Amino acid sequence: MNTTRGFTGRARTARPGLPPGQYDAGDDWPVLSAEVTPDLTPADWTFRVGGLVAEPRTWDWADAHRMPASAYEGDIHCVTGWSKFGVRFAGVSLDAFLAAAGPLPSATHAVAYAHTGYTANLPLADLTGGRAWIVWEYDGRPLTPEHGGPARLVVPHLYFWKSVKWVAGLELLDHDEPGFWERNGYHPRGNPFEEQRYSGD
Amino acid sequence: MTETATHTTTAFTPPTRFAVPGRIEVAGEVAARWQPATLTEIRRETPRASTFRLAVPGWAGHLPGQHLMLRLTAEDGYTAQRHYSLASAPDDSGHVELTLDHVADGEVSGWFHRVARPGDRVEVRGPLSGFFAWPGDRPALLLGAGSGVVPLMSMVRHHRARRLSVPLRMLVSARGPEDLIYARELGPETTPVFTRTAPAGTPVGRLAAAHLAPLLSEPPAGGWEAYVCGSNSFAEHASRLLVAAGQPVDRIRIERFG
Repeated sequence: MNTTRGFTGRARTARPGLPPGQYDAGDDWPVLSAEVTPDLTPADWTFRVGGLVAEPRTWDWADAHRMPASAYEGDIHCVTGWSKFGVRFAGVSLDAFLAAAGPLPSATHAVAYAHTGYTANLPLADLTGGRAWIVWEYDGRPLTPEHGGPARLVVPHLYFWKSVKWVAGLELLDHDEPGFWERNGYHPRGNPFEEQRYSGD
Repeated sequence: MTETATHTTTAFTPPTRFAVPGRIEVAGEVAARWQPATLTEIRRETPRASTFRLAVPGWAGHLPGQHLMLRLTAEDGYTAQRHYSLASAPDDSGHVELTLDHVADGEVSGWFHRVARPGDRVEVRGPLSGFFAWPGDRPALLLGAGSGVVPLMSMVRHHRARRLSVPLRMLVSARGPEDLIYARELGPETTPVFTRTAPAGTPVGRLAAAHLAPLLSEPPAGGWEAYVCGSNSFAEHASRLLVAAGQPVDRIRIERFG
């Protein structure tokens, strides 16, 4: 063990649920998009599920809001090191969108993409089973543009770069295809509890 | 992940081309390894920021704009790790430099500012991420605020060290002259912008359209590659100014603190 002289660190009150190497950001919610925040209004927003599906589908703002409401209350984890506890997002479970489009048996992975063109790859299994949402509310209020509003993907059990802001769609594929950060040295899956930060972790 | 899979299927391309594709391929196996680093020098930059020089025998080299992850370990095995931008230009000295703000209650930066002295050992892994890297190829327009100047200074130093002829300009925002990191090193490529106090004859105010207009009304051949680094509020402000001044969104790279 390579101990650092004179380093004691914070009090050892690490809360349960804090993944390895993370710290509790408390009330902060840092913004970490790599691109210019787009001017995207609810009227401009659409969400499409395409690729290996029985029927490609596109929802606009009103269509999406007619889907059954679903919320996530829990924790989120950013690869830069912060975790945020007890956040509340509201929107629609991704399962509802996927069911409407009908993934083909050959679909194993997806690329989630944003209206800015940002992409992230995910195994389909990480997007189903009540573990992923399209959300437009944070803590009871409309999601702000810098946090991905009007609507973003939320996949809270993976590092948050997978939770594509300004989400525009999901393309279902029969193979894994790296997204933006994954092509820039980040881990293909990004499970915070296994500390899969970078390629090779 | 050292293998590259090949697919016969055509790669999926979203309807909108992503704003800012990465600049370089990153060697994952290099960045995956924690390496010992020894502190060799501490230089005060401003009342709130100091530069820490580290000897890293196994350093694989980096490009300006990249960062590393740094880890401190307590006696009981507790660790704390943070990402820091590299301040030094790539060279073959076997050293890298970081410039850290002293964050109030900062667990890692607090150790650096209060406890660290030459000879102390820490661990690093990197370099990480190719997104904000500048290989020195395209004209570079650099906009930074506070310690957001750190990765941009690596680019300025690289430009000088290699005597690159590609255009490079930097606008750096600080509260006042005493808070301007690397003040002694800045040259004619840099325009400081002071938001609270300024030397006599220099205006006080935020980065504004007027600062960018002369650079963007007559961009160099091929256009600028813009790099923005600072707090989220600065990044939002600066990137909006760039877009309003005509800089294409797909040529704006943003690194926000956090």
